[in-house]
Amino acid sequence: MRRVAPQRPSASAWILIAVALAWLGLAIGLPLATVFTEAFRRGAPAVLAAITDPDALAAIRLTLIVAAIAVPLNAIFGLAAAWVVTKFDFRGKSLLVSLIDLPFSMSPVVSGLVWVLLFGAEGWFGPLLEPLGISIIFSTSGIVLATILVTLPFVARELIPLMQSQGTDEELAAATLGAGGFSTFFRVTLPNIAWALLTGVLLCNARAMGEFGAVSVVSGHIRGLTNTMPLHVELLYNNYDFVGAFSVASLLAGLAVVTLVLKTVMERRFTGAAESDGRTLTRFR
Amino acid sequence: MTTATIAAAPRGRWREASILPGFGPTLGFVLLYLSLMLLIPLAALVARPWASGWDGVWGTVTQPRVLAALRLSFGAAVAAAAINTVMGLLVAWVLTRYDFPGRRLADAMVDLPFALPTAVAGIALATVYGPHGWIGGPLAPLGVKIAYTRLGILVALVAVGLPFIVRSVQPVLQDFDAEVEEAAVTLGARAWRRAVSVVLPAVAPALVTGFALAFARAVGEYGSVIFIAGNMPGRSEIAPLLIVIKLNEFDDAGAASVGLAMLVLSFGALLAVNLVQLAMARRGHR
Repeated sequence: MRRVAPQRPSASAWILIAVALAWLGLAIGLPLATVFTEAFRRGAPAVLAAITDPDALAAIRLTLIVAAIAVPLNAIFGLAAAWVVTKFDFRGKSLLVSLIDLPFSMSPVVSGLVWVLLFGAEGWFGPLLEPLGISIIFSTSGIVLATILVTLPFVARELIPLMQSQGTDEELAAATLGAGGFSTFFRVTLPNIAWALLTGVLLCNARAMGEFGAVSVVSGHIRGLTNTMPLHVELLYNNYDFVGAFSVASLLAGLAVVTLVLKTVMERRFTGAAESDGRTLTRFR
Repeated sequence: MTTATIAAAPRGRWREASILPGFGPTLGFVLLYLSLMLLIPLAALVARPWASGWDGVWGTVTQPRVLAALRLSFGAAVAAAAINTVMGLLVAWVLTRYDFPGRRLADAMVDLPFALPTAVAGIALATVYGPHGWIGGPLAPLGVKIAYTRLGILVALVAVGLPFIVRSVQPVLQDFDAEVEEAAVTLGARAWRRAVSVVLPAVAPALVTGFALAFARAVGEYGSVIFIAGNMPGRSEIAPLLIVIKLNEFDDAGAASVGLAMLVLSFGALLAVNLVQLAMARRGHR
């Protein structure tokens, strides 16, 4: 089969191109540009002051801590889930895959709400833990749990299609030659999926650091204590400190841009330059 | 959908024998993790609203304010996904069919709403479309208000949903067989006719998939909407915001009722989309 190659546009095609680019500009380009122009409205010193403010630094620290816990856990889960789903045949597999995908179709607010229902003052386990002095809601643990739920599918979603297409031949060969489970995994499977794993971790991390709705529900918004970066952005914005809000937001926007650049580069690496162009499937959601 | 390509296990046994080790412990870990992080929390959502019985749940869900919020969230999500189906198809078409300067940059930019934190998108959209923004400013003297109205909600949902359509349709357009289109040319079909009766049927299933993904994302969207929405109860208040408000009022059961209603309605909608896809598959579209 031969594909349709991109052509030099005709006169009428330029109209289509202009409309499409204008639409991308309205939906994506202008909002991204505005983050940086609003941040730097009063120059770089104001941005620096907003970012090095103690509350902002506390928010950055909390965001890094939460991502450092949630992302590795979901990476290990993603590896295990992808291994089970793609290397073995068993009943209920498609149900398992649907469950893994489920958080994608849940509202972030609901992903936070469920933890309040479990660990809140009126929740199932909240009253049991309270006498022990353990509080999950309005603390880092609640934020971590909400973040884990929202980002649960990212690594698994990235690995499953790739490992599916790779099949089990190489692992079976290794097992036949007497390799144990761990050495098969680390010496055969892992090198084959390293780039996809890295992409999945990257996307998972971007979402974990940027999650707003779920975290907002469980955090309690205690300034300097349980505010993550996105929550700090909201707080500054609602206090009419627009330069401050957009300064912290520009850090997050920068993270998003870097994530996209790295993702594009890595996809070129593991799918081949010719193939990857435009063939990025819906990997984030 | 990779789900469809995963082979079912044979009848009789629940799993196919394999010489690969580690099935039991790995599956055990996966199920334990899923239970702790997803299933038990979801069980709380399903069980919690019923504390005051069916009347409690029905009473909450049929409050005018809740009904208005649910109607707004689902209506705006359908409208945004529909707009994106048209514009996303156009963007995907332009990106795959024409070679123009800046094509790769435009292509890379499409993914941005996936990676940009929703709160950042929210304050940026509120600024651009607000009364002093790049778009809202020039429109203000004309009497057109976008930010802090329901139109603002639509703008935000369109912005976050666009990549779902583009990335669903693009691979299909890219892999489209050149000879099919050339056959249509030989038979005398003009460009517009070729697009509508040759290419469109081929991308229709991908469009439906993209629509479903964009819709699912838009229904639950919170961060990018609340800054631009105005949040007037009964008018521009979305369902996820109402959950947050009920939680702040310590009405956990009420919040859970709205959350459960959203979950049930979304599943209903996605089930309907799946049925449409099945019907399309039966009629021989790919």
